Amino acid sequence: MDVMQILQIVIPAAIFSAAPLIFTALGGVFSERSGVVNIGLEGLMLMGAFTGALFTYLGEQWGMGAASPWFSLIVAIIIGALFSLIHAVASISLRADQVVSGVALNFLAAGLAIFLVKKIFDAGQTPIIQERIYKTNVPFLSDIPFIGPLFFSNAYYTSYIAIALAVLVWWVIYKTPFGLRLRSVGEHPMAADTMGINVTKMRYVAVMLSGGFAGLGGAVYATSIAGNFSHATISGQGFMALAAMIFGKWHPLGAMGAALFFGLAQSLSITGQQIPGLKEIPEVYLLISPYVLTILALAGLVGRADAPKAIGQPYEKGKR
Amino acid sequence: MSILRGKWSAISVPLLSVALGLFVGGIIMLVSGYNPFVAYAALFNGIFSNTYVLGETIRQMTPLILSGLAVAFAFRTGLFNIGVEGQLLVGWLASVYVGLQFEGLSPFVHIPLAILAAGVAGAIWAFVPGLLKAKYHVHEVITTIMMNYVALHVVNAIIRTYLLAPGERTEEIHQSASLQSAFLESITDFSRLHYGIVFAIIGAIIMWFLLWKTSTGYELRAVGFNKYASEYAGINVRRNIILSMVVSGAFAGAAGAMEGLGTYGYMTVMPDFTGVGFDGIAVSLLGANSALGVVLAAALFGGLKIGALNMQSVAQVPTQLVEIVIAMIIFFVASSYLIHWISNRVNKRGKI
Repeated sequence: MDVMQILQIVIPAAIFSAAPLIFTALGGVFSERSGVVNIGLEGLMLMGAFTGALFTYLGEQWGMGAASPWFSLIVAIIIGALFSLIHAVASISLRADQVVSGVALNFLAAGLAIFLVKKIFDAGQTPIIQERIYKTNVPFLSDIPFIGPLFFSNAYYTSYIAIALAVLVWWVIYKTPFGLRLRSVGEHPMAADTMGINVTKMRYVAVMLSGGFAGLGGAVYATSIAGNFSHATISGQGFMALAAMIFGKWHPLGAMGAALFFGLAQSLSITGQQIPGLKEIPEVYLLISPYVLTILALAGLVGRADAPKAIGQPYEKGKR
Repeated sequence: MSILRGKWSAISVPLLSVALGLFVGGIIMLVSGYNPFVAYAALFNGIFSNTYVLGETIRQMTPLILSGLAVAFAFRTGLFNIGVEGQLLVGWLASVYVGLQFEGLSPFVHIPLAILAAGVAGAIWAFVPGLLKAKYHVHEVITTIMMNYVALHVVNAIIRTYLLAPGERTEEIHQSASLQSAFLESITDFSRLHYGIVFAIIGAIIMWFLLWKTSTGYELRAVGFNKYASEYAGINVRRNIILSMVVSGAFAGAAGAMEGLGTYGYMTVMPDFTGVGFDGIAVSLLGANSALGVVLAAALFGGLKIGALNMQSVAQVPTQLVEIVIAMIIFFVASSYLIHWISNRVNKRGKI
């Protein structure tokens, strides 16, 4: 087996498993940059996966055909944004502890999604969806020698959307007035308030954006990787996306890079058996590497990761 | 409404939150076409109607008490230990390991030894986030979440590599380490009730004594109130942060021992977390981080979880309704600002 063959197994698999993480991590960037901790990413992703599987199934019933999964992605964005409102109301308006509120959101999503699945389908999981988002060769680009087979063959369009969105989010956060306001609210809300920025409104928008992105991430997972939704569909991907966001130092492109790297680690733990040299490494090292690396990054051993200054603190007008 | 302030607020806010949580659950049932009165009656019967369900409720609340104590203990020092789940898993594994490896010991030596091993394993697992917090100011929420996943994968790998028995699990532990009791099973119509509840109550007493009757507990609480003032007063903040995490992890590990030595008597390769550690967060919040409150809240959540089974068979309501109710209770407790705000509003108008 030569190097090219190995890369052809590893790289598409890495990009493939990274896509849901990228979406969700980008959502995390919005929320946390505005100063609201979002442990609820896991729950938001779970609601997205549920919505993705449900509405793809419904789309098939309604005769939407191959458009069903794409329709479900849009619904998942809306449901994710609406569901995140619970976290926003509790942690921004009612000044609940943001971590506690996020934990409660995870509980609620897990309970609600399975409750609804049992109510609607009278079973523990949704039916397997027929119309999935399938692998394609990108026209023209996949014919480029070397790069083509690695990056543009057997790939999912959702992966390219994820990477394009990461660039877009970077531009929004660093190059637009909206992004400047978002960051200022997360760094020093009182100064931002003095300058006439509505702190509460900015934080609501940021949390709802994170809900939309995480919902999209979950739905992409359900429609491209899982194929249905059950209690085990989302188990830790949201927390891994949170890790990617931190390892990426709260930066959209950093988060994307970290998500790609974690995707690589995940895909190696599955495809590693086919690759000489990796066979000897026990799977467990690859499985725990994203988490260990995140801890090391936070400890400053892999470049220091600093959170936005005002993160985790509810903003009260007039309080010193 | 004055009951919502002053010394009664510690009790009235959790009670009101439970009532609101059950109310929201009732509305969800109404909207989705179930009869909430039939369902809640079935839920209640599923907790108290016979000795079997009562025994199961006590069994269910046993690890919840200890995981709740773990979260509450760290909260008292201003730390949020979301890593109880991972500490519980390593504790479970350690207790089963000791239960398997030592033979011919008296139960009076073997059981404490196994629980101690579980506590030490949990403490070591919690020491890492504690050290990182004290030394590098790394937020413990993130590190404990990451340590959960490391625990899940490492524990599974250890079982698969060293302790595997047919059925993706370990062998059964020796009888001398088991908390299971034929006597308790017979008086509760063959529920899985075991002696673990005794250790859980002892755990609650230890936490109360440690926090309120020792100078170490005073220091821990002082750091929780204001770490800068504590530092100024000569308290070693770093040492207390690490100590708090270690004790918290020991409680979590002991919770794992309850599953390993009591309910199951072995450990399986875990496809996912047990949920007991995360439920501990809910228990601790509802119990207002006090030892007695944690025991009461664990009884409530344990009861809800067992009662949900009867609710499903009688009223066809999925058991997940209880998870929704628990989530809503956490939201209401955490948003107690809302409750206080309403009570202040009402008072200002001079009515009620």
